[in-house]
Amino acid sequence: MSSLAVPVSEEDHAQGSPGAAVTLLEYGDYQCPYCGQAYPIIKEVQAAMGLKLRFVFRNFPLTQAHPYAELAAEAAESAAVDGKFWEMHDALYENQAMISHDTMMEIARKLGLNLSRFVEDIRARKFMNHVRKDFMGGVKSGVNGTPCFFINGKRHDRPWDYETLSNSLASFDE
Amino acid sequence: MNALKAGMIAPEFTLAATPDQKVSLSEFRGRPVVLAFYPADWSPVCGDQLGLYNELKGEFDRYNATLIGISVDGIWCHLAFAKDRKYHFPLLSDFEPKGATAKAYGVYREKDGESERALFVIDGDGAIRWSYVSPVGINPGADGILRELEALGKTRSK
Repeated sequence: MSSLAVPVSEEDHAQGSPGAAVTLLEYGDYQCPYCGQAYPIIKEVQAAMGLKLRFVFRNFPLTQAHPYAELAAEAAESAAVDGKFWEMHDALYENQAMISHDTMMEIARKLGLNLSRFVEDIRARKFMNHVRKDFMGGVKSGVNGTPCFFINGKRHDRPWDYETLSNSLASFDE
Repeated sequence: MNALKAGMIAPEFTLAATPDQKVSLSEFRGRPVVLAFYPADWSPVCGDQLGLYNELKGEFDRYNATLIGISVDGIWCHLAFAKDRKYHFPLLSDFEPKGATAKAYGVYREKDGESERALFVIDGDGAIRWSYVSPVGINPGADGILRELEALGKTRSK
């Protein structure tokens, strides 16, 4: 079974306490429809598990299949500079069907990001290397498509419907 | 059927890559080759697996390695599939006699008439350095391939 090659660190985007018993890590692509399906399921799991769960998101854009995936990943990283990573992450998934450059600008405006900095980050591809680093770390960990989940560092090779995922998470909380 | 293992010589093959072009393994002598046998074009898991390799073209280039996909699908099917998914690597057609190359590598599933989901890393001398057969429903990812290519690069530079 594959395991996480790059341990969770302070550089990661995480929701929940570092002391949580269970860490669910997703390698995801903002334009991947399956990741879009997983998005509300993760919200549900988070609500049910509360403080017992920490959720970490890393970028895994499949750029050849999804033309906006890379741009979206860089946009979310740029939003993180203003402390709005999760707001951007959520908005991208909630508006996945109409993902585009304009949609991302609109979200950035609504979130109150520093727009001139955001535009410059996107233009200069400031977070390209960051996203690539996430991607290659994922490849080395055995990420085999998106979404790919790791629970406490072990790849989750089972389905990720609410029931299966929450049962798997619960089995680590013992 | 047992897949060929590390240390064995990779069986030669000549298979169609396009309607008028054939590719032989021996053409790649001197550089590593990654053979990715997969059951069928269009099935969701294969798509993800090959889609992942498609993102890694730069990594394979770094090791001067050639990635080749092989399935029993006909060449016209491969062409449509590769075009739809924008693949940057050849898909070879193990079509007639059906599955002959998969059989030579020990990765043919008689019952299904398809190959296993199997990976082979072959060195520049034509020897198998690593092989892996994945459970059919599970996408093997690329970590094993990259680890092996990295190891190959190190032995070569010594």
